[in-house]
Amino acid sequence: MQRIGVFVCHCGSNIAATVDVKKVVELVRMEPGVVWAEDYPYMCSEAGQSRIAEAIRTQKLTGVVVCSCSPRMHEATFRKCAERSGLNPYMVEIANIREHCSWIHKNTEEATEKAVILARAAIAKVNLNTPLQAGESRVTKRALVIGGGIAGIQTALDIADAGYEVDIVEKTPSIGGRMSQLDKTFPTLDCSACILTPKMVEASANEKITLYTYSEVEKVSGFVGDFTVDIRKKARSVDMSKCTGCGVCQEKCPSRKTPNEFNRGLNTRSAIYTPFAQAIPNVPVIDREHCIKFQTGKCGVCAKVCQAGAIDYEQKDEIITRKYGAIVVATGFDMIKLDKYGEYAYEQSPDVITSLELERIMNAAGPTKGHLERMSDHRPPKNIVFIQCVGSRCADERGKSYCSKICCMYTAKHAMLIRDKYPDVNVTVFYIDVRTPGKNFDEFYRRAVEEYHVNYIKGQVGKVTPQPDGTLLVHGVDLLDNHQVKIEADMVVLAAAIEPNPDVRKIATMLTASIDTNNFLTEAHPKLRPVESPTAGIFLSGVCQGPKDIPETVSQAGAAAVKVIGLLAKDKLLTNPCTAKADVLACNGCSACANVCPYGAISYEDQEVRAPGVREIRRVAVVNSALCQGCGACTVACPSGAMDLQGFSNRQMIAEVDAICR
Amino acid sequence: MSIANESFRPKIVAFCCNWCSYAGADLAGSSRLSYPADVKIIRVPCSCRVNPMFILRAFERGADGVILCGCHPGDCHYTTGNYYTRRRMTLLFSMLDFLGVENGRTRVEWVSAAEGVKFSATMNEFVETIRALGPNVRLGDLRCRS
Amino acid sequence: MTKAEKQAEEIREISGSDPWKCMKCGKCSASCPSYDEMDIKPHQFVSYILQDNVEALAQSRSLWKCLSCFACVERCPRDVQPGRLVDAARQLVVRQRGQDYLKADEIPELLDPELPQQLLVSAFRRYRR
Repeated sequence: MQRIGVFVCHCGSNIAATVDVKKVVELVRMEPGVVWAEDYPYMCSEAGQSRIAEAIRTQKLTGVVVCSCSPRMHEATFRKCAERSGLNPYMVEIANIREHCSWIHKNTEEATEKAVILARAAIAKVNLNTPLQAGESRVTKRALVIGGGIAGIQTALDIADAGYEVDIVEKTPSIGGRMSQLDKTFPTLDCSACILTPKMVEASANEKITLYTYSEVEKVSGFVGDFTVDIRKKARSVDMSKCTGCGVCQEKCPSRKTPNEFNRGLNTRSAIYTPFAQAIPNVPVIDREHCIKFQTGKCGVCAKVCQAGAIDYEQKDEIITRKYGAIVVATGFDMIKLDKYGEYAYEQSPDVITSLELERIMNAAGPTKGHLERMSDHRPPKNIVFIQCVGSRCADERGKSYCSKICCMYTAKHAMLIRDKYPDVNVTVFYIDVRTPGKNFDEFYRRAVEEYHVNYIKGQVGKVTPQPDGTLLVHGVDLLDNHQVKIEADMVVLAAAIEPNPDVRKIATMLTASIDTNNFLTEAHPKLRPVESPTAGIFLSGVCQGPKDIPETVSQAGAAAVKVIGLLAKDKLLTNPCTAKADVLACNGCSACANVCPYGAISYEDQEVRAPGVREIRRVAVVNSALCQGCGACTVACPSGAMDLQGFSNRQMIAEVDAICR
Repeated sequence: MSIANESFRPKIVAFCCNWCSYAGADLAGSSRLSYPADVKIIRVPCSCRVNPMFILRAFERGADGVILCGCHPGDCHYTTGNYYTRRRMTLLFSMLDFLGVENGRTRVEWVSAAEGVKFSATMNEFVETIRALGPNVRLGDLRCRS
Repeated sequence: MTKAEKQAEEIREISGSDPWKCMKCGKCSASCPSYDEMDIKPHQFVSYILQDNVEALAQSRSLWKCLSCFACVERCPRDVQPGRLVDAARQLVVRQRGQDYLKADEIPELLDPELPQQLLVSAFRRYRR
């Protein structure tokens, strides 16, 4: 029989306000096995923990139940406390009477009754707990970063700085990401490329960093400290070791009609291309879908003009398999598709553009060489209207429920830059709220209004109608003056919502990292562990976790790097001891468990089985506890009930069920 | 009948997987989204840890409803666990139906760690269903009746 | 519950829309073709209901100027559906006056060949369910 101590936490008034803590203590004392019960205002505090430690020693406790907050919060705290006092940490169970009881119920009587039942279930479980020993697993001292934008680059640089090897996998032909597409950055208006390209060069020059551009993660297996990843290096059709990056092939390529992704489809590019001039690596890629040679077999101009002989039409995709200790997701974002917003005429008129398209138009390397002009007739616009919150803060299925966070600031930046360069252009911004939390952000927005006289109107635009004369009639409203506003604009810029890169779902599934309804990756704790995924060994960097501007992305990237370094600095990791275990006496070697195991942790071997009346060699299941993650699928698949999960055994679960239904 | 339903306090067992649904229930708690106290949650590592036997045991011991919550298909922390759950529970529930335990008394629901609202709404709805169905008399072990 | 509160509740019930979702962006007013004719603008309509000021709505010109074109319902990013609220307020007023239905044989007399198409279309929209 166990000697169990029950410790009921008040959590200040969080629990004690709705649960009669004294009554819980009184009632649980009557439970079988309970030899000690007490309450304390804050069990997790130093003083609370020392009470537990003391009770373990003086009462010779063999099991502990703490009735407090969620085990996701403080299970580790109390287990460590038990360990320090000489009790096996896995003899501690938590009854969650805060999140699952006091916070959601108002009636004290009901809440107290439920708290007692939850405590009973935990006591019933502890009664059947057995001491478990955590195993050890090794740590591969190498990190993988998925995504080569500013988030990925910064994380990789910081990890490499600490002396660990890092690989960056980037889907497009060059690293740089969205930031490389931007013209200027708020709130200092420095040129995006000028601050990004040194980092890109640094990443490619760093001997600890390996770049896999034009590559994708194909398969991930393993667990924290020991991931095995297959990376598909797509065929570039250009030999990276021979190419000098002279660019002649791109000049001579006869296929020039492919929409240029880097310029958001505003102009076209050749079939053999580097996305932009400062691309790293500066090695072009043949887009096989649009290459005449690949489509018809006749052409081969690039191979003829290449002096280095780098063109290789025979190149094949390559699969690289590597081991990593940690994986950082930095997959970034894209703008939402605007096909559902017919009222803004985005698909009807080339002069209705998104902010990212404007960014390319303003950029000297963009489709208009940096001249502000309409995409339809290349005339300079006289009246520009910016529309905020297009698809952000939407309750319907057309848009996103969240605020995209960066639009207010980049619109102020665009408005200011345009008024600065073209003082005779009228700029109107329709806004719902201007949100500028950030260092020097509000000052920046006020400058747009006070110094540059940008016309900010509070109200949304209802409709944009393209007119026969090529102008765009904007129907808006001024809510402060309470009148409708009609503006004949030459150009309309939509601050479209941002959404996580569509590939992130596939990647999250491979990594078994959880994802929210908006496809943002979930953090382990929204406040206290914001750069870690709940899945151990997976870290989050940049917009894949939530909308962010550049400074925030860079700081989060650094934070993710520190977490990775902390992990890689360890030689061994303690593994979860709650693994499956087969009872050799009951096992009949049927393979049902091995078939459902997602980790291949179960194998079979011939063992001598000894029991009263039995002495024979049988084929029985053996669980590799280093591979087993403790999901329990095998325990249910086993027809003879031989497989059990330590820490969540059949008897323990049934004891819990019984306690609740009592 | 309606008066009887008012006073009827069902016993409901909820199995929640550690990675998604239990966290979803925690979120419902920290967001103060209430649901009836009749629901008691048991934490399991994965929804696939729930042996049909546990559910039968719950009914035997007098539970009026059992709900099983796991990660959304494709989001399982253990990659495939919830797919097993889905198949196993389809079989179990059809057998329970055959035995006369109404379909409304058992349920599988996918709740992610971010869906506190869904968790609370699901529980409210489930308790409502059970209250309408009344006490479970089919599988209860008479020896367990107090 | 005061009478005004009861009426506001009734409007919410009839319309099935939730004015608390409104984030005051004004897209409804920007979209409204009868904006200039209205004394209480569509976006104000929503806040009047939030403030239980149904009496003012019942007296307003806007109530009868709304074309029920439902541009605001289609475009509202928060799914507040101001057009339905206007419709519901109208319904409330008509019910109070006790004229909330017609007999089938009364209709032909009332049919006016000059009736604007828009009205017919909106009538269909409103009564199709």
